[in-house]
Amino acid sequence: MSKDVEAIERAKSISEPYKYGFVTDIEVDLAPKGLSEDIVKLISEKKSEPKWMLDWRLKAYKKWLEMTPPEWQKVSFKPIDYQDAYYYAAPKTGNKPKSLDEVDPQLLEVYEKLGIPLKEQEVLAGVNGAPKVAVDAVFDSVSVATTYRAKLEEIGVIFCPISEAIQNHPDLVRKYLGSVVPYTDNYYATLNSAVFTDGSFVYIPKGVSCPMELSTYFRINQENTGQFERTLIIADEDAQVSYLEGCTAPMRDEHQLHAAVVELITLDNAEIKYSTVQNWYPGDEAGVGGIYNFVTKRGACRGKNSKISWTQVETGSAITWKYPSCILQGDNSVGEFYSVAITNNAQQADTGTKMIHIGKNTSSRIISKGISAGRADQTYRGLVRMQRGANGARNYTQCDSLLIGDNCGAHTVPYIESQNQSAQVEHEATTSKISDDQMFYCRQRGLTEEESVSLIVNGFCREVLQTLPMEFAVEAQKLVGISLEGSVG
Amino acid sequence: MALLEIRNLHASVHEKPILNGVDLTIDAGEVHAIMGPNGSGKSTLSYILSGREGYEITEGEIIYNGSNLLEMVADERAREGIFLAFQYPVEIPGVAGLTFLKTAANAVRVHRGMDELDAMDFLKFVRGKASALDISDSMLKRAVNEGFSGGEKKRMEILQMAVLEPYLAILDETDSGLDIDALKVVSDGVNSFRNSQRSILLITHYQRLLDYIVPDRVHVLANGRIAQSGDKNLALELEKNGYSKFMKAVE
Repeated sequence: MSKDVEAIERAKSISEPYKYGFVTDIEVDLAPKGLSEDIVKLISEKKSEPKWMLDWRLKAYKKWLEMTPPEWQKVSFKPIDYQDAYYYAAPKTGNKPKSLDEVDPQLLEVYEKLGIPLKEQEVLAGVNGAPKVAVDAVFDSVSVATTYRAKLEEIGVIFCPISEAIQNHPDLVRKYLGSVVPYTDNYYATLNSAVFTDGSFVYIPKGVSCPMELSTYFRINQENTGQFERTLIIADEDAQVSYLEGCTAPMRDEHQLHAAVVELITLDNAEIKYSTVQNWYPGDEAGVGGIYNFVTKRGACRGKNSKISWTQVETGSAITWKYPSCILQGDNSVGEFYSVAITNNAQQADTGTKMIHIGKNTSSRIISKGISAGRADQTYRGLVRMQRGANGARNYTQCDSLLIGDNCGAHTVPYIESQNQSAQVEHEATTSKISDDQMFYCRQRGLTEEESVSLIVNGFCREVLQTLPMEFAVEAQKLVGISLEGSVG
Repeated sequence: MALLEIRNLHASVHEKPILNGVDLTIDAGEVHAIMGPNGSGKSTLSYILSGREGYEITEGEIIYNGSNLLEMVADERAREGIFLAFQYPVEIPGVAGLTFLKTAANAVRVHRGMDELDAMDFLKFVRGKASALDISDSMLKRAVNEGFSGGEKKRMEILQMAVLEPYLAILDETDSGLDIDALKVVSDGVNSFRNSQRSILLITHYQRLLDYIVPDRVHVLANGRIAQSGDKNLALELEKNGYSKFMKAVE
């Protein structure tokens, strides 16, 4: 018996429920490091998944073995050793700080500025023994979430961990999972397909307009979803939903690589608005220890007159690499992408979108605001493709870059492909710096250097920030200021 | 009591001397006008007083409210009550005028130990002052100075002054580019701001402004120093005879 298999067997035996006659909360975190077919099977088995799910994971795993990591992006990092990572329930007690005293004081300073209560600070900082649901301190525990859930169930909205959906709604999951991002899609999405641990599942039935913003905050999912999150959102005909991912507080995390997959599907006349605020740990000023955020997000406007709108505020992570995209299949469907990406110190970001116009009279709008400071480097990379049948399709793209200081970089790489004479594509791009005049004007009115930068940058991003749901927008404005602290002077 | 005392101020930009020994004292509640030909150092003086970087003080000192002004950075000076109405107000895209005003006003209020005003109270406070300057709500919502006409920009500067309630307001050619009606509105705004606690330094080329805002003292700045001081009649004399006499006198 090989060492791997031995360890897996041991893990299985320990985690088997009720074996020793008592309910055990024992940490089932003993799967060995590294990735193999056995590990994929273990993950599936731990979740009591049906065979079709396991088969899908295994197909993805086999495909992944044949693939190589992409290298076209404008970011640089050392190759990742995939055999040196945990894929199932990483140790929860390992390096966790015992109290807030052991947490990076800079992180605590940020919490302070965002006005986060102490209890929640512990959760975010990953303090050992802190409650697992981040909303505890804010929303008075799970009961609130349960209330919300009951209310949603009443109108037929399904909002649950994807692992639960695989059990309880297998037909929906089977129909849509991988239908937008196939398991063969790209290196990281394929890896995710093989080993995803959990994530959110949302189904809005026909004609239902979801009465509240669905937030990862409310998800009753005490399990650490970890680095390979999988989200699937379906809006059936005439349905509407707004989904919020992430939070403004920087989350401490032991996993360096995050490779999530998000799939959105809208049927006729349906609309999904997906907002993200990403503020993961960017590493120290040299970028050491930060998170690599390699995400595949894609939405398919399958139905006519349907709409998918992405808004993202990306301020965290050492490396951000993502292109929330829209496939505009249905006639008259609409895709939108609003993005603010801020890179400071040694952060790198290569982000943008893809708008694939297939249906007639489809339209898309891209507003990207990139802010670079310190020694950071960022790239907007966007593809607009007008396919042969996209008669009367239109795209408008605006990419603005703002540089702070002399050592940072901003790059705009638009790809435009049109196979249809009647389609229109418009692209505008600007690069600017915060001028001395603007800084002096603000400071002459009593604002400090940092307040001035924050105000000017918030103005620069306003078009995007105002697409965020109200309470998120207010937090995001603060976050913009905080992310750029120390970038001038 | 002197609010501002400039003593023997020498200043250069890129090693080129601009001010060559300026002496000027302004008491609380006084309005002083500085006139002078192009390039005489008027704008330099206003930037140095308000703390813009890029000027080297080679000699002299400035005492403001009993403190050494030159030790304070620009935003400190602003919070301590020095206001500059810009000759060319700067555009800040995407930042609503009202947001800008509120952020600035609250920075100053906190510094003075007052409570910050919330959005509703602030709007009330601003509206009162804005209507006197013919500034509508929709103008307040537009981005700071973006797409404003010359007259709108200058009225907005005066509104900022009225809202921030400084002790020393420096008006750098606020009259330039204004038609006669706008000049009247702006002057009324400045006059209603005057009181025994607030001093004003007017920088202008033209006597015309001083018909509306009557100064206590008028100074001629030529070749980087105060060449002559007098009462409001000095301005009338300058209007008649021009600056040539001062240019020669220094050479």
